[in-house]
Amino acid sequence: MSTTTPEPSTETAYVTAGAKGRRRRDRGVDPIPWWLTVVGIAVAGYFILPTVFVIPMSFGTSSSFQFPPRELSLDLYVNFFTDPKWIGSLGNSLLVAVLAAALATVVGTAAALGLHNLTGRLSRFLRTLLLVSMVTPAIVVAIAVYVSFLQWHLVGSIGGYVLAHAAIGVPFVLISVTSALGGFEPQLLRASASLGASPLRTFLRVTLPLISRGVLTGAVFAFVTSLDEVVIALFLRSPTFQTLPVQMYNAVTVEVDPTIAASSSLVVVTVTLLLLIPMLVRRATRR
Amino acid sequence: MTTTSPARRRPNANWLLLVPSLALLTAILLVPLAQSFLRSISSPTWTLDNYTKLFTDGVTMTVLGRTATTALLVTIVAFLLGYPYAYFMTRVSDRTRAVLLVVVLIPFWTSVMARNFAWLTILQRGGPVHSVLDFFGLGDIQLVGSQIGVTIAMSQVLLPFMVLPLYSALSGIDRKLLLAARGLGSPPLVAFWKIYWPLSRGGVVAGLILVFTLSLGFYVTPALLGSPQQSLIAQLLAQRTTQLLDFAGAGALGMLVLVVTLVLVAWANRVGGTISAIGVVATGSKGR
Repeated sequence: MSTTTPEPSTETAYVTAGAKGRRRRDRGVDPIPWWLTVVGIAVAGYFILPTVFVIPMSFGTSSSFQFPPRELSLDLYVNFFTDPKWIGSLGNSLLVAVLAAALATVVGTAAALGLHNLTGRLSRFLRTLLLVSMVTPAIVVAIAVYVSFLQWHLVGSIGGYVLAHAAIGVPFVLISVTSALGGFEPQLLRASASLGASPLRTFLRVTLPLISRGVLTGAVFAFVTSLDEVVIALFLRSPTFQTLPVQMYNAVTVEVDPTIAASSSLVVVTVTLLLLIPMLVRRATRR
Repeated sequence: MTTTSPARRRPNANWLLLVPSLALLTAILLVPLAQSFLRSISSPTWTLDNYTKLFTDGVTMTVLGRTATTALLVTIVAFLLGYPYAYFMTRVSDRTRAVLLVVVLIPFWTSVMARNFAWLTILQRGGPVHSVLDFFGLGDIQLVGSQIGVTIAMSQVLLPFMVLPLYSALSGIDRKLLLAARGLGSPPLVAFWKIYWPLSRGGVVAGLILVFTLSLGFYVTPALLGSPQQSLIAQLLAQRTTQLLDFAGAGALGMLVLVVTLVLVAWANRVGGTISAIGVVATGSKGR
């Protein structure tokens, strides 16, 4: 149909497509312009630049924030694992994140199951309400929580951190469990009940195995959210209890401590590996 | 244990399942926000002074204006980069698209502190970007401690919120319309402007509002990459709370930011499903 009209970009596009040597559905008639490929790759680079940057940084020496590092060493890692300030705040962060993720997962899974069977305006409103903390500016939540926690004596306590981080982790669990419930057949519950199973047994033997992928994904997201949370943590910190992101914040603002490079690359690698778990499980169950 | 039929009992049980999450949400988010609001209208006595002061103290409005300008700048950068990227995603093979999608989600899940530390090192005086600028005789440009660095770092992390609603809108457009237009003799740019752009507008509006709104509340990035003389609204909130101990004033300002945010999000939600878009960004689950 387009043979009568000249295609101005065809020639260059043929070159790109040919150079790439990939099979494209509609090359020739509707080629991908070369500039689009360039922009696409450039933006992709912008997305991943800081993430890949911290890894070479972490093998520098303990003098300053310098890139590229003058000589390679493991000094920063040694420092991270021996300095009680760093290793201690890592321990605090892991403890808070495990407890917050556990709480958020139980509470969020229950909410997702409840909302799945409910219809109507009220349940839609409640779902939005449970998700709204994702769009509430962290700083607004942080100052409100800080002042209230001062009155409730929760500032600087593990309990305060766990409750606050669990609250912001619930939406992630709610979303991933809801998406896992998408293909769930309610007849299975009736079948199980008609065979004499108690609701608890039905939940453990029928529902939970079917949504386990969503629950695991939600738990990982809640864990990572807590591990990385910095704004609320900055307000809840105390001289005796602070988390890793807060220590990293201090390292940049107060101490100018290059150990943050090792800490950054450890966190980035750990989080990436953790997020791969649900993806791999998804792939495994699909087969 | 009871003899009521499942059909009659189930609705109650479902509501009961919501109790723990609502209790947690209420205790940790809603009660503190309500207390903060109460404090802002009742301290020292019942008054709206804390709110009128926001508009008259000279500082707050300046900072709000600066925050809105920065947010606008971030939104424009994210749009200019996000639109071609989202379009690119609609054009490549399924395998490449899956890779591009994972790449989009990386900034969201890169540790906040690691990301800001990396930008600080990349952009600082003597860092790689500054060295390149210096080579071209542009060494006087200050990247850290100015709006430039803040904009670069914020655009990067907010781009996913532009790309995903856009991709969702663009992938629904039938490209045969464009080919038809070109076949009928329309130049590519005209075909884009008259056919493609109007069809993509829902995703564009949702992305713009979403990125703008989320930019308003950034705290760590402006604190680390910006300058204290050019603080943004989140820094002002933190300063009033922890240094000036002006809980009522900070509460009033927090309420203002919260209301603006929620109104904008509700608007974006009406246009293009914001909350679900954030859910997609956050959990990486595909689908609209």
